[in-house]
Amino acid sequence: MELMFALVIGTLTGSGVYLMMRARTFPVIVGLTLLSYGVNLFLFSSGRLMSGGQPIIGSTENYSDPLPQALVLTAIVIGFAMTAFLVVLSLRSRADTNEDHVDGQREHRRVRPAPDEAEEPRK
Amino acid sequence: MNHWLTAPLLIPLFGGLLQIFMTYAPLQLRRTLALATSALTVVAAVILLGLADDGTYRAYALGNWPPPFGIVLVLDRLAALMVFMAALLAFFCHLFSIRGTDEEGDYFHALFLFQIFGLNIAFLTGDLFNLFVAFEVLLIASYGLLMHGRGSKRTVPGLHYVVLNLIGSAMFLIAVGMIYGVTGTLNMADLAVIVPELDAEDVPLVKAGGLLLLVVFGLKAAVLPLCFWLPRAYANATAPVAGLFAVMTKVGIYAILRVYTLIFGDQAGELANLGMDWIFPAALLTIVAGVIGSLGAAGLRTLIAWQVILSVGTLLAAVGLNNMAGTSAALFYLLNTTWLAGGLFLLADLIANQRGTVGDLIVTAPRMHSRPLLGVLFLLGATAIAGLPPLSGFFAKLYILKAAAPGAQMAWLWSIVLIGGFMTLIAFSRAGSIVFWRNVEGHVDNPGKLTLPVSVSAGALIGMTVAIVVLAAPISRYTDATAAQLHEPSGYISILGTKAVKGEGQ
Repeated sequence: MELMFALVIGTLTGSGVYLMMRARTFPVIVGLTLLSYGVNLFLFSSGRLMSGGQPIIGSTENYSDPLPQALVLTAIVIGFAMTAFLVVLSLRSRADTNEDHVDGQREHRRVRPAPDEAEEPRK
Repeated sequence: MNHWLTAPLLIPLFGGLLQIFMTYAPLQLRRTLALATSALTVVAAVILLGLADDGTYRAYALGNWPPPFGIVLVLDRLAALMVFMAALLAFFCHLFSIRGTDEEGDYFHALFLFQIFGLNIAFLTGDLFNLFVAFEVLLIASYGLLMHGRGSKRTVPGLHYVVLNLIGSAMFLIAVGMIYGVTGTLNMADLAVIVPELDAEDVPLVKAGGLLLLVVFGLKAAVLPLCFWLPRAYANATAPVAGLFAVMTKVGIYAILRVYTLIFGDQAGELANLGMDWIFPAALLTIVAGVIGSLGAAGLRTLIAWQVILSVGTLLAAVGLNNMAGTSAALFYLLNTTWLAGGLFLLADLIANQRGTVGDLIVTAPRMHSRPLLGVLFLLGATAIAGLPPLSGFFAKLYILKAAAPGAQMAWLWSIVLIGGFMTLIAFSRAGSIVFWRNVEGHVDNPGKLTLPVSVSAGALIGMTVAIVVLAAPISRYTDATAAQLHEPSGYISILGTKAVKGEGQ
């Protein structure tokens, strides 16, 4: 079970990291989602893997650790909220820039005004 | 248990919740209530500062679960200082926002107060996972605040900021999982007890977790390889938000200071001083990056944003010295640089408003209406941030330089901080002489008139530099005591003895 679990976490994280390196917002969001799945599974495993364990006293012979479950629950909720916000934000970015490139455009914008424009009004 | 500890959390939380339900109330009423909430937070922060100054640790067990099982709030000198610094900065930035920034969106005041709420949890919490939650609270508020305002120029920098911080959060969770998996606790005081006693085979895992935490905090603090998101985001945010964000990088510094003195401090056995040999060189490189960015900045706001990065470098260099004098100097510098950077962001907005379409770009433009006042404030701010006498930046940098141990460390620190200060001076002289002196005749038609609240808030934050010089003796006494407290973790560990409060029926 440990090997299987580790492979799943590795695959999720690896695919997530690969997708986050993409230059368009949609793959980045999917990548972040996959990464957060991987992270949540990892966090869950920090309480040790076992089957049939329960976190309630008196309910079973072998107890599982309740804390990682609580942590994962918190992390999932926060992750959902953040992903939802990111989706809306990237939609807005798509609307504002007519482009779903993460930089808003394919080429880098010229930040500084050309020297002749900047110096012209001097007297 | 002292219930005052919850005041800096509950006041902005309830104030913010109230604002959510008041979107249809008259603007004046919303502003009054919001500012009153901010002011009350400052009052609570002052009370905490007074409480913490007796040098004891106060713990507040939330839900009456005694540590290490429940989440605790812990008040010590460092936490009180950070809460006070953030509250004062937030109050003046909030005051600035009533010029009109708050009209551009319905939830500005609510988001602003939730931001303060998140900051205060981060400073007061004594639990590593709760620190993660605090980061998320302040981040989600900061996402909203960063995007606040009209126009589309904030969308792309905002997107970068959100994506980077989400990656940071994922890494924080991995680090927390690694540390919990080995130690079985996330209470910071409990971790400080357990980490020195780890088995040899468990040490590498905790070490990996600890260093991963350093990366996360480094991202929040904007240390060199992780700092390039900051200038665009800060330079495009509306003025009160940019001013408040001056404290955001300091949350990362606070976390580094707390975790790496308490959990991985001198007493941590095999993991003693984990990461300290990384912090110092990274900090010096951050200063270099800040200097290069400042010299190349095209606008005042970008210039100040790079100055924030430079100040993070200077602060971390002082923390990386890893001695008591260095920590104390870092805290002294922290007060100085945070308020100044906030004030300068506000000032840059006032300047930009009086220059028409040119905005804050460092180019020739029509003369400003209120040039004398803005000019004096700019001169004060620039002098202080570059570290020239007689203002507070000079004394703060002097403390940092004095804290270095003779040898290679001293040579690197002195040369980079001093050359960095000189280059900062060049950058600000260039910006100031072009913006204030190289003007064309006439004024722009619609000058952003200076009203009392905006002048007061920008002036007060920049004027703090004078206040810090006047009060230098009590402040340095306080920072010395804070540093001594930080480098003696046994006091913090004593909060584990907090007992649950018995009710009458028990």
